[in-house]
Amino acid sequence: MKKNNAMTGRLKIHLMFGLILVVSTSVTGADDPNTFNRLMDPPSKRNPSPMTDGIHDPNNNGTQLLQPPKEAFQQLPKGKSGNYIDWMKALQDKKINPRNDRVDTKSQPIIMDLNIVREVKGSMPDVVYPHKQHTEWLDCANCHPAIFIPQKGANQISMASILLGEKCGVCHGKVAFPVSECRRCHSKPKPTKTANKKNKSDKQAK
Amino acid sequence: MNKQKNRLIDHIKYSVMIAALLVITFAPTGQVKAEFGDVVINNYSDKAGMPPVVFPHWFHRIRFRCKVCHGDLGFEFKAGGNDINMVKIIDGQYCGACHNGEIAWSIENCNICHSAPVGTPTQVHESTLQKLIKPDQNKTEDKK
Ligand code: HEC
Ligand code: HEC
Ligand code: HEC
Ligand code: HEC
Ligand code: HEC
Ligand code: HEC
Repeated sequence: MKKNNAMTGRLKIHLMFGLILVVSTSVTGADDPNTFNRLMDPPSKRNPSPMTDGIHDPNNNGTQLLQPPKEAFQQLPKGKSGNYIDWMKALQDKKINPRNDRVDTKSQPIIMDLNIVREVKGSMPDVVYPHKQHTEWLDCANCHPAIFIPQKGANQISMASILLGEKCGVCHGKVAFPVSECRRCHSKPKPTKTANKKNKSDKQAK
Repeated sequence: MNKQKNRLIDHIKYSVMIAALLVITFAPTGQVKAEFGDVVINNYSDKAGMPPVVFPHWFHRIRFRCKVCHGDLGFEFKAGGNDINMVKIIDGQYCGACHNGEIAWSIENCNICHSAPVGTPTQVHESTLQKLIKPDQNKTEDKK
């Protein structure tokens, strides 16, 4: 018992010294604690060059040859998150012309214009899934049947699964625009009583 | 006399060790700020003594539609999920379908692909799950 107390006492002292060591070495680097961007990265940190981005080794001679994203993005339409590029607009405005085939520069994608509306419970606007934009980039087989059964309403989709990287989240939040851009998916306002209070044309209809 | 000195040294050692542990467990992990969609592939690289591979989606999607790689060339939508190795690449599979000196520079430029710091795990960078604000990141980082 006594021995135990002595042990914890010693452990406490060690912990204290440890903490002091940590604090004394880290305080020197600390900035003003009351800044903006405490939990969020400021715009200046977006699209960092490979030399400073933390997943390339700046001492590797290959890293030095890589193109900084900002250089490539200069002439592309800006987006709100992700790469901070609106890839759909870049494609539609022909700012980029990605090949549809590894070698054949003439090959064109087969576009299918079919919207699927998914009704959402609660206040959020309904989700419109557009085949048109997706078939610009992807093959049917990229989604059907592995990610989605090709039948309206046959798939259980929830926001939780999307956040975990399933369903729409297989691409959105990894390569395609991130989940934070809610309204790009939730794009169809609901004709509900609460929603049309502000909506004059709806009032007239009454 | 000597015994006491030894014990003092032991105490200092423990304190330093605990300090190190504290630093490791509470260190900010937010310094990594690579481009959205950058994929690190490290199934074999570390074990083979090569730096892990970084694949930039943004760079390739400017030049190719997703279906070229994920349809025609058979890349699965899963970081590290394709069991890529150098033999497959020199035989024209995966990265080697293009990095063959015809469509893109050839594979002797090892370090342009193998450019991550040793030990970087397989991941998709800036993905939803990585970006969720977690405790222990963004603490004492310098911000500008
Ligand atoms: C990015 C993924 C994706 C791609 C690529 C895609 N689809 Fe779909 N497709 C969906 C989703 C999501 C649905 C809706 C499923 C649901 O509501 O449960 C759907 C539904 C369908 C349906 C059912 C429509 C209905 O009214 O029942 C058909 C048919 C279909 N897709 C055909 C295709 C074809 C043909 C292509 C290629 C030209 C294609 N899809 C490409 C995601 C995709
Ligand atoms: C296989 C990958 C993939 C899946 C799965 C997928 N998307 Fe997409 N989606 C893309 C890509 C790529 C784009 C092009 C824009 C970009 O990259 O940011 C896109 C664009 C869109 C757009 C067009 C935005 C615009 O500005 O025109 C909407 C809306 C959208 N996705 C909704 C969905 C929804 C809803 C689902 C799930 C039902 C889904 N997507 C599943 C890859 C995917
Ligand atoms: C990539 C497209 C996409 C984006 C981006 C997106 N959602 Fe969703 N959301 C969906 C789909 C698809 C559903 C399922 C609809 C259904 O039930 O069929 C959904 C469902 C929901 C639901 C209903 C409850 C549930 O979990 O199913 C809520 C609430 C919701 N989303 C909120 C949000 C918010 C808030 C954001 C922005 C942070 C957001 N969504 C961004 C596609 C998206
Ligand atoms: C076009 C990109 C690319 C280039 C160039 C490249 N590699 Fe790789 N290499 C890869 C990928 C992708 C993997 C799989 C990584 C993993 O899973 O760890 C890999 C894996 C490896 C591995 C481990 C697996 C194996 O096959 O033994 C070694 C060793 C390796 N590369 C050596 C080299 C050397 C040496 C060169 C230059 C002569 C080189 N690589 C050039 C992309 C590349
Ligand atoms: C030049 C080839 C290439 C192109 C073009 C490409 N990808 Fe990829 N993609 C890859 C490679 C390589 C990986 C990593 C595979 C691995 O680690 O084995 C990957 C992985 C992925 C993943 C998996 C991420 C995860 O969850 O682990 C997704 C999702 C993805 N790509 C979506 C897309 C979308 C959407 C597009 C089009 C906008 C696209 N890719 C264009 C080569 C490509
Ligand atoms: C569909 C063809 C294609 C595939 C598959 C492909 N690449 Fe590339 N890649 C290219 C082209 C084209 C370039 C630009 C070449 C040039 O500048 O001459 C490039 C350039 C690169 C660059 C340099 C980017 C820069 O900043 O200049 C890296 C790194 C790279 N690829 C890695 C990979 C890795 C790793 C893989 C496999 C996992 C891969 N690529 C698969 C076509 C491809």
